[in-house]
Amino acid sequence: MQDLVSTDQNNASAPEAGSSGGENSAILSVRDVTVGFGPKIILDKLDLDVRQGEILGFVGGSGTGKSVLMRTILGLTRKRKGTIRVFGKDMDTASEEELAIIHKRWGVLFQQGALFSSLTVKQNIQVPMREHLKISQRLMDELAILKLELVGLSADAADKFPSELSGGMIKRAALARALALDPDLVFLDEPTSGLDPIGAAAFDSLIGKLSRTLGLTVYMVTHDLDSLASVCDRIAVLGDKKVLAIGTLDDMMKNDHPWIESYFRGERALRRV
Amino acid sequence: MAFKENSTAPAVRVDDEDGQAVLRLSGDWVVNRLTECEAALVGASSGKGSLHLDLSSLEGLDTSGAWVIHRYRGSQEFDGRRVVIDGMDANQQTLFHELELHHPAAFKPDRPRYSLADFLEGWGRVTVEAGRDGLAMLHILGSLGTVLAATLIQPKRLRSVSAAVQFDRTCIGAVPIILLMSFLIGVIISQQGGFYLRQFGADLYVVDLAGVLVLREIGVILTAIMVAGRSGSAITAELGAMRMREEVDALHVIGLRVTEVLILPRVLALMLAVPILTFLSDMASLFGSGLVAWAYLDIAPQPFLDRLQATVTMQTFFVGLVKAPFMALIVGLIASVEGLKVEGSTESLGKRTTLAVVKAIFLVIVVDGIFAVFFAAIGV
Repeated sequence: MQDLVSTDQNNASAPEAGSSGGENSAILSVRDVTVGFGPKIILDKLDLDVRQGEILGFVGGSGTGKSVLMRTILGLTRKRKGTIRVFGKDMDTASEEELAIIHKRWGVLFQQGALFSSLTVKQNIQVPMREHLKISQRLMDELAILKLELVGLSADAADKFPSELSGGMIKRAALARALALDPDLVFLDEPTSGLDPIGAAAFDSLIGKLSRTLGLTVYMVTHDLDSLASVCDRIAVLGDKKVLAIGTLDDMMKNDHPWIESYFRGERALRRV
Repeated sequence: MAFKENSTAPAVRVDDEDGQAVLRLSGDWVVNRLTECEAALVGASSGKGSLHLDLSSLEGLDTSGAWVIHRYRGSQEFDGRRVVIDGMDANQQTLFHELELHHPAAFKPDRPRYSLADFLEGWGRVTVEAGRDGLAMLHILGSLGTVLAATLIQPKRLRSVSAAVQFDRTCIGAVPIILLMSFLIGVIISQQGGFYLRQFGADLYVVDLAGVLVLREIGVILTAIMVAGRSGSAITAELGAMRMREEVDALHVIGLRVTEVLILPRVLALMLAVPILTFLSDMASLFGSGLVAWAYLDIAPQPFLDRLQATVTMQTFFVGLVKAPFMALIVGLIASVEGLKVEGSTESLGKRTTLAVVKAIFLVIVVDGIFAVFFAAIGV
């Protein structure tokens, strides 16, 4: 992985890519992480660094553990060994207060949205605000609508319940909730799957814009080659229980690993990229 | 940019330059400092002339902070002032541009409703709801009837595996708790009855008391209540979750009848399970009361059984048992109706499950009352 060159425009001072460097600028670093269920090992001694301000696209075949890795980083799945550092804090040894701050500084978009079904969209977006901030109802309402508009939903969706929304609208509402506290790091699990191409493109450009203007770091699990090509600064490929390769799209195009080759240079990919 | 750990407090310095108010904003205008941001701007400048917002010494800015500044600008412009914002870097400019594109509508606080009208409306809704409930139960009962008729003609259509699984859950799984509960109830009846009857020297009448009470009423009611709480709630939750995940819709589209696939096996299993459980409950209660009679009132098992045989007839036993399938039907129907009424939210699932259990227990007792009147009328 040492030969991969960073093209991260946002962070010119970022050290060389690779698992050994980047401790300081890495907003998220995963070291030697092993996850397994019963006798089955899903991730084996996996290393990964996500740099401050970058958009990292994560790809891998179905069942290779992309979601498991994301859930492990989020602390939802137990790991057997290894360390995960988020914002420079080790998740295992962080105190309650440090964890509380980490929870305020990241936002997560789950694959199915995971909106609270008994709350309206507006209330959903306000859940983190209500919990972590002491601000007036007026300001919360304004910010909730602002976030909704930012992600491309109209204000009249605010008072609807998640069950009344279409799949694409759920994705957007969930993103609005993930962005409620202006997080530094967002995790997106297949954000554009199930969106029409125009909506997906708008979603991508929104992510790009947020990342540039707010210095948002994005960890995005996706299979959308358009997203990978248009907004991702770097792409990581998961396979054989570890990160097979990490680098720019150009690096991926040059990689000889059979899976990576068929993914990025297969018939379907060549038609699009 | 949110939650900077070492953020500096947002501040506004007001300068007056050539009759133009200049607000110099400094510090972190970020989400965890929002209240301070709002407070800093309140009454910062109340002149009439044009206003200049200088952002060049800002340390941090995110969408929330930008919104507060943007809103302040809007309110000042609304008052007829000319507002200029400068000192932004390119990113902040983009941020303000985005805000302008996605300007939320003016804030309208919810107005509380007039309570009397609300109260009446609430009652009206409950009444209509109760009527609809009755209709829905009749609907499912009717559809259950047709499905049952169809199964009688073509026995293959009965989902026997599903019914067996349901039977295993509702009947066999419930045996230990039903036995234990009934045993304790028998003990209590016998002990409490014995305590008073002994004062009149009428110890032996404990057997009459326990025998008639348990066999006619307590056994079947307790069983029905336990089944409503145990299996009725499970049925509602299962059907409700299936509705939430559109599985019920999928069944419709594939061309299967929900009544046939989901409801009939459950109701049949219940109607088979409740009589069996009632019988077991009867036996456990009598055993419990017999034990207490022996230990506490010195009525040995043989006299207890003799007395029981003399007072309790098969009729008493069957009066209790005949009610069991009806109780099962009520529990099953209500659980299914409520389950199918679940909408998209988890809250409605919880509400429907609660309602199913409450309604089922209530109706079990009402129906028991109706049976009592009926049996009295026919002289049983």
